[in-house]
Amino acid sequence: MIIHHPILGPRDAQEFVYLGDASLIDRPDGMTAGVEAFHDYLYQRTNPAGEHQELWYHEQGDRSWLVVTRNTVTHEITKVELAREVARARGRTK
Amino acid sequence: MTQSHRIDAKLGGGQIDRTKTLRFTFDGLPYQGHPGDTLASALLANGVRLMGRSFKYHRPRGPLSAGSEEPNALVELRTGARQEPNTRATVVELFDGLTANSQNRWPSLRFDAMGINDKLSAFFAAGFYYKTFMWPKSFWEKLYEPIIRRAAGLGSVTREEDPDEYDKGFLHCDLLVIGAGPAGLMAALTAGRAGKRVILADEDFRMGGRLNAETYAVGDVPGADWAAASVAELATMPNVRLMTRTTVMGAFDHGIYGAVERVADHLPTPAKGKPRQSLWRIYSGRAILAAGATERPIAFENNDRPGILLAGALRAYANRWGVKVGERVAIFTNNDDGLRSALDLQAKGVDVVAVIDSRQGGSLLPGIRHLQGAEVIDTSGKLGLASIAVRQANGRSENIAIDALGVSGGWNPNVNIHSHHRSRPVYDPGIAAFIPGSDGPPGLLVAGAAAGQMSTHAALKTGRDAAVAALELSRSPDLPEAEDMPIRITPLWHVAHGKGRAWIDQQNDVTVKDVKLAHQENFTSVEHLKRYTTLGMATDQGKTGNVIGLAVMAELTGRSIPETGTTIYRPPYTPVALGALAGRSRGREFRPFRLTPSHHWAREQGAVFVEVGNWLRTQWIPKPGETEWRQSVDREVLATRKSVGICDVTTLGKIDIQGTDAGAFLDRVYANTFSTLPVGKCRYGLMLREDGIVFDDGTTARMGEHEYVMTTTTANAVTVFRHLEFCRQCLWPEMDVQLISTTEAWAQFSVAGPNARKLLEKIVDQDISDAAFPYMGAGNITVCGGLRARLFRISFSGELAYEIAVPTRYGDALLREMLARGAEYDPVVYGTEALGVMRVEKGHVAGGELNGQSTALNMGLGRMVSKKKDSIGMVLSQREGLTDENGYRLVGVKPVDPNGKLTAGSHFLEKGAAPVAANDGGWLTSKVYSPHLGHDIALGYLKAGDKKIGQRMRIVNLLSGLDTEVEIVSPHMFDPEGERLRG
Amino acid sequence: MVSLQPLTALGRREATTVTQGPLSITERSDVALASVAVRKGRGTDLAKAAEKADIPLPGPATHQPGTPYSAFWITPEMWFVEAPYASHELIADLLKHALGDAASITEQTDAWVAFDLTAPDLAPLLERLCNVDYAAQPEGYATRTVMDHLGVYLIKHGRGSARIYGPRSSAESLLHAIETAAHSVW
Repeated sequence: MIIHHPILGPRDAQEFVYLGDASLIDRPDGMTAGVEAFHDYLYQRTNPAGEHQELWYHEQGDRSWLVVTRNTVTHEITKVELAREVARARGRTK
Repeated sequence: MTQSHRIDAKLGGGQIDRTKTLRFTFDGLPYQGHPGDTLASALLANGVRLMGRSFKYHRPRGPLSAGSEEPNALVELRTGARQEPNTRATVVELFDGLTANSQNRWPSLRFDAMGINDKLSAFFAAGFYYKTFMWPKSFWEKLYEPIIRRAAGLGSVTREEDPDEYDKGFLHCDLLVIGAGPAGLMAALTAGRAGKRVILADEDFRMGGRLNAETYAVGDVPGADWAAASVAELATMPNVRLMTRTTVMGAFDHGIYGAVERVADHLPTPAKGKPRQSLWRIYSGRAILAAGATERPIAFENNDRPGILLAGALRAYANRWGVKVGERVAIFTNNDDGLRSALDLQAKGVDVVAVIDSRQGGSLLPGIRHLQGAEVIDTSGKLGLASIAVRQANGRSENIAIDALGVSGGWNPNVNIHSHHRSRPVYDPGIAAFIPGSDGPPGLLVAGAAAGQMSTHAALKTGRDAAVAALELSRSPDLPEAEDMPIRITPLWHVAHGKGRAWIDQQNDVTVKDVKLAHQENFTSVEHLKRYTTLGMATDQGKTGNVIGLAVMAELTGRSIPETGTTIYRPPYTPVALGALAGRSRGREFRPFRLTPSHHWAREQGAVFVEVGNWLRTQWIPKPGETEWRQSVDREVLATRKSVGICDVTTLGKIDIQGTDAGAFLDRVYANTFSTLPVGKCRYGLMLREDGIVFDDGTTARMGEHEYVMTTTTANAVTVFRHLEFCRQCLWPEMDVQLISTTEAWAQFSVAGPNARKLLEKIVDQDISDAAFPYMGAGNITVCGGLRARLFRISFSGELAYEIAVPTRYGDALLREMLARGAEYDPVVYGTEALGVMRVEKGHVAGGELNGQSTALNMGLGRMVSKKKDSIGMVLSQREGLTDENGYRLVGVKPVDPNGKLTAGSHFLEKGAAPVAANDGGWLTSKVYSPHLGHDIALGYLKAGDKKIGQRMRIVNLLSGLDTEVEIVSPHMFDPEGERLRG
Repeated sequence: MVSLQPLTALGRREATTVTQGPLSITERSDVALASVAVRKGRGTDLAKAAEKADIPLPGPATHQPGTPYSAFWITPEMWFVEAPYASHELIADLLKHALGDAASITEQTDAWVAFDLTAPDLAPLLERLCNVDYAAQPEGYATRTVMDHLGVYLIKHGRGSARIYGPRSSAESLLHAIETAAHSVW
């Protein structure tokens, strides 16, 4: 597979480490959310047959975490973003 | 016996060099051939048709084809360590000194004892194994399986290590062209002339594809000459890479193709230092599949005898290699291409005694006995073809004595690679074959015969057009003139006659009867048909047989061929040696080593090394007279606790964490608090996963207001860094934190023991008295007259201990200097075993306890998880299942009898309890022999272990028969008050 | 005066050159290296300070040469800065002095082994070692890639000139991998 890194262009997927669903960005605040919320955050997945947003880490590259939009049926990758920017856009702060 | 079947050079020399002679042996007999020959063409030139035995019935077999689709002529090539089974004689390039042997026969190819299977064929029909070896169940392991294993398999592998090397590599281009026949050459010429980066790969050792086997012209010259001229032109282009002997074996995601280049298989041995084969990963957004087509046979009774070949193969042997397979030849065809074979053979002086054409009407071939509406119904001949029985249009049968028969049932486009992404080929009734479907790998176009474009003109045109389309070229070069004959075919899949066996898949001995049986038992889908009958399995993957098999099934079910459908293909296109897939990652080079700064010193001392990840760490260092590892380890432990010991701990992960939010960041990633740690101090940190399980631990020091140095375990250095980057980029992107690994930048040594400070005082330039450098102190210092260094007063051994770090290039010298300057304290260098003994004595957790299943509570560290702040894993560590009061707790264990033995992995049982899972109390995680205490000690996870301190239990290991009475003790088994480390 | 004798990454007293056909592989122990990372919101401050001190901070996938400082891009907002070891052994301190608290600076000199490769054309060698399309890249291209399972930095100084930074502890394995690949080619 080839992942089109937003900064570095096309890179072989072998350089990356896969983590999972990009909803892992949406971590609840541990001081306000309880076990239930964390359980859902950590374990509940939609697991779609189709377009899926997922986290890939460019370990043998520039160490950027990326949010890759990939069709799980065709392997087509339609969008690649820096996870940091996605996290900021989702309102994550300190 | 000198090449009795070689055609006179005056009739056309073929593409062999008759001026040179190559010697080779087959089954021990000497033969001769020429450069340009394959093993099959050379054997046929010597009149050898019998080359192997079939898989199941051990029927005598010769080559069916002249290419990589070959199902029959599989031989063991070479001898000794390089012996390789199942090489196809039809693609093995002849070299001087080649040695080949037939396989799947005993005692000899001409007389094979297992040929009895052929007589018992009624018992070996499809599904035989499934039905016969079912019961009694106990017979399977003892009787059936050993017998089947002995009889099964094709060929035998050498038991010696492969002496050859295999390379891997990466190539990039604008256009990959797969196949160098007329379509592929025209595509490469089009793209190459336009200045694009092109890779043209062909499995053959001579480019040109089918043009090399034909007689017709391209432009003003013979096709083979046009191919040679085209290759010569491409060779002059710096932007074109020509790869002969290179099989593109798979299409992978996003324009990545796999290719195997057989660099040295045509040589007796590879040149020194050169690879035998190279596995290339080719990155090309655009590719053209120009893999040509494969002729298929027609099934009729006893159609598998040596001497019965595909008609196009007979033609190829005559035209390309100057070989006539037989003196008296007939052709059996259902299409015009078969007629072409007859004419070509006649032109080469072969006596074509009949053409049996299953079709009616049309013009008759001049000068040849052309029987229309006729079929071959049977053959005879013991170890090779002697005659055929022909049923003519009027129903009369006739026997014709011949020694070779060419069969043409039509041509199947080589769609294989196009369906590697599950694209289903579609049936084209115009050529009675499957052509590529619409949803192939993105960026892959198909041209020429692979696309069902069967004439030379169509191949050239579609090759050119595909290149223009793929690369969006503005210019389209002119095409040379070439034949554009129509395909005239009337499908005939099998000849309905008699009760004998008619082969469909010769490699797996699948006959028309087997397909009928599968149908009768309702295995009618193509996928079931394949599994039930083994149609299309093994080395040839059904390249010649698949379509006939499913066509026969279509007939039986009354469905059309499109309704019946076809199986699809997976990589590899042809078999790939495991050595090529492994590349250089084998033996000592399986993976790179990481060497510690003290490695060279330790090697001088005769240290024993242990692999920890990629690291080679000193395990222990034997002294003269020590014959058993425990002697060395005990000495290292005792010497450390008595005076001072030094251990290389460079392998621990070190991460530099800086930024104004560094402290707050650490509070989030560690369960305990670091923002309150004073500058110049360090603290033990416990890191959880989000699910509340312990992830890693280590000591982190605050070197400045906004600067920390984290240490991780050796094993988790990479994953912790990855996790920290996840936290930094994905969870808290607004924090001011910067990370960089410094694991390898510093050579770090633990210096432990009562005399640790005294030794270091001889090295360190600054005051390191207890007052100036107290327990858990950390700081930048200098050593040996000004070299920058770091010092941490931390202890894993329970002794007064420091870790001292210098730039890595000075690590070796620092160790030697410490040993020299501190000689009066008799320092010992200890390895990982002694390290392990001392940490178990102190109850510190490590690998066995940090097992990915245990919580801080399990480890007795529950109070370290601060609930006053948010941190990874804090919330879920409070889950009900993880907070059981009577859950596992870390305990120390010692045998009641000091001679009692413990082993890690043993289980806790109450005294008198039966050793069954219901009574299981937990397990031992780590065990060592403590030279101080004089007996085995262990750590373990015991249910409600914190409440069982002082109790007696049993340690049971059913595998080793161990059953030892033990006392449960605190994990801190040595110096529980910690007086030594504050000394 | 420091009394300790350093070793090179290959465990030798002096850096050496290995040749294989037209290729020469030279270990470089005379390069000081440090990472420079922008503190949050301090990009402009860092750029100003770096410009004043003549420290290049090039864009992604790029190496920018200079005297005494050269630099190449590592990751967003982070660079590796190179300088001669003899004059800049304390490169981290020198950079901290020049760049102040606008950057996080960490010494990296001994974390890496540096090999300089020279040959008329390095592409046939590098295609056996890593997936970088060397021929197509411009001079000054700098990338992280994988050779022999090891994460390395590859800097293209020219068609026949490149530097590889590999993990120091695997210097011997990396050299062996380069040498065996060179045997395949030449």
